[in-house]
Amino acid sequence: MSGSIRVARLGKRFRAPADSTGAVTAGTTLRALDDVTFEVGAREVVAVVGPNGCGKSTLLRLIAGLLTPDEGTVDLGGRPVTGPDPRVGFVFQEPRLLPWASIRDNVGFPLRLADRPEVERQARVAQLLALVDLSGFANARPHQLSGGMRQRAAIARALALEPSVLLLDEPFSSLDALTRERFGLELLGIWERTATTIVLVTHSIPEAVFLADRVLMLSPRPGHVVADIPVGLPRPRAPEQVDTPAGNAVALQIRHWLADGAETSAAVHLEAERREHSDG
Amino acid sequence: MNTAMDEREVAVGGVAPRRPLPSRRRLPGWLLALGGVAVLLVAWKVLVVVAGYPTFVLPAPEVVAARFVRAWADGTIEPYAAATIEEIAVGLVIGVGAALPLGALLGRSRLAEQVLAPYFVAAQATPILAVAPLIALWFGTGLLSMAAICAVVLFFPVTVATMIGVRSVDPRLVEMAAVFRATPRQRLLWVDVPAALPAIMGGLRVGVTLAVVGAIVGEWAGANTGLGVLINLARGSLFDTPLLFATLLTIALLGIGLYLLVVLAERRLVGTRT
Repeated sequence: MSGSIRVARLGKRFRAPADSTGAVTAGTTLRALDDVTFEVGAREVVAVVGPNGCGKSTLLRLIAGLLTPDEGTVDLGGRPVTGPDPRVGFVFQEPRLLPWASIRDNVGFPLRLADRPEVERQARVAQLLALVDLSGFANARPHQLSGGMRQRAAIARALALEPSVLLLDEPFSSLDALTRERFGLELLGIWERTATTIVLVTHSIPEAVFLADRVLMLSPRPGHVVADIPVGLPRPRAPEQVDTPAGNAVALQIRHWLADGAETSAAVHLEAERREHSDG
Repeated sequence: MNTAMDEREVAVGGVAPRRPLPSRRRLPGWLLALGGVAVLLVAWKVLVVVAGYPTFVLPAPEVVAARFVRAWADGTIEPYAAATIEEIAVGLVIGVGAALPLGALLGRSRLAEQVLAPYFVAAQATPILAVAPLIALWFGTGLLSMAAICAVVLFFPVTVATMIGVRSVDPRLVEMAAVFRATPRQRLLWVDVPAALPAIMGGLRVGVTLAVVGAIVGEWAGANTGLGVLINLARGSLFDTPLLFATLLTIALLGIGLYLLVVLAERRLVGTRT
C-alpha cells in the first residue's frame, strides 16, 4: 500500500571522524545503526525517540534515500528506496529555506526542480501556502518571518510534490516552547488534510505522546529498536490528552526505556555522535 | 531573527520592523564627502600659491577644472575616453566570462585547485606592466590587445571571489536540494550561484577598478588611442599639463562610475538577505 514503510535489518556504519589531532585511526568505523527492523502502516504517525547519538537522524536519512544502507533495505509501498525519492517529503531540523528567495519560490522549489510548468506551480504553491496558513506571506523573504512560520513554509515545501510519506527530523527543536505546542497542533491538522504517513524524530516525550500512534524506542549506538510502544489515545488529539492517565502511562514507558539506554550509554559515544552530526 | 516573535508582530507583506538608530545630530554623508573635496581643493590651491609652482608642474585646481570642461566641450577627450570604455567593456565580458566557470570549478574541486592554483598565482604575481608589451606584440595595438589586458587583470580577483563564494554555500542547503532531487545543473543554477553572488559581486568591485588600470597600462605599452595615449600626448608632444590632469580626472571618474555600476547591480541582484 502506498504510504507504508518497511525497514528490514537496516545497518549503517560511518568512518570514524578524525580525532582532535587530525589523525584518522585507519579502518575504524562507527556503527550508527544495527539490525533495525520495523514497519509503518499507511497514514500512521510514528515517533522515533532515543538518546542523543543513537542514529535517529541517520535512520530518517536512510528512509529518505539521502544515505545508502550498508545492510538491509527500505521499502516504500512495496518498492525499494534507491536514492532521494519523490515519494518522500523531508523536513529538516532547521527550515533550510533559500534566504534569497521569496516564500513562494521556496515552497515551489521542489516543483521547479521537477520541471513542473509555471501555471501548475503557481496553483500548487497557492494551495500549499493556504494549507500552512501563510497565504499573506508569499512575497516575504524567510528572514522576515518568525521561526514557526519558517518551519511551516518548510513543511509546505516538503508537501509540494504530494509525497505519501513525510519525514521530520526534530522539526520542533528550533522553536520556542509556546510555538512548539501550536506547531504540533498544526502538524496534526496538516496530517488530517493530507493523506501522508508521518515519521518524526523527537527529543520530547510529551510531543511523541501527543502526535504519534506508535513510539519507536532506539537504543544508544549502535541504534536498534528496543521497544515499539502504542500510544492508543483517541484522535483528533488535544494537547491536554498528554496529561491524562493513559497519556501519562505511555510517557512513563518511554521514560523507562530512555533511562535504560542512558545507563549503557557512555559520554564517549555522545561526543563522537555530536561531531558526526554537527553538520546536520 | 527572534524565534519567539509572534506572527502578528510581523508587518504583513512588508519588512520586519527595525529599530531606528539612536538619533544624533549628524551631517548627511553626501555633505561630509563634499566637505572633504572642498578641503582637498583648498589645500591644493594653497600649495600652488605658496610654493609658486608653474602651471606646467602643478596647475591650480580651477585651471584643471577649466581645461577639463573645455577638453570635453571641444571633443579632445571624448574619442580617447570612448576607446578606453570600449576596451574595458570587452575586457569585462571576456574576463568575467572566463573567471566565473574557472572559479566555480576551483571552488567545487580540490583536485582542480591543487593542479591549477600554482599557475594561477604565478600569473597574478607577474606584473601586468611586464606582460603588457608581450600582449601588444601578440595581439597588436588595437582594441583586442587592450581588452585582453583588462581581462587578465580582472580575472584573478573575480576567479578567487567566485571560488570562495561557491565554497561558502551552506552544506545544509545542498542537502536540502538533494532531498528534492536537484540535478547538478539545477544545484548550480538555483543554489550555488545565488549563494555565491555576494562574494562574486565583491570580486567584481575590485575587478572593474583594476580593469581601468589595466586599460591605461595597456595603452601606455602601445596603442593608437585611449586615455593612456592622451596622457602621453599631453605630457609629451602637446606639453599641456592641465590636459594631463583633466585626463587623470576623467580616468578617476570612470573608475568611480564603473564601481558604482557594480554596486547598483549588486543591490539589484543580491537585495536584502540576512
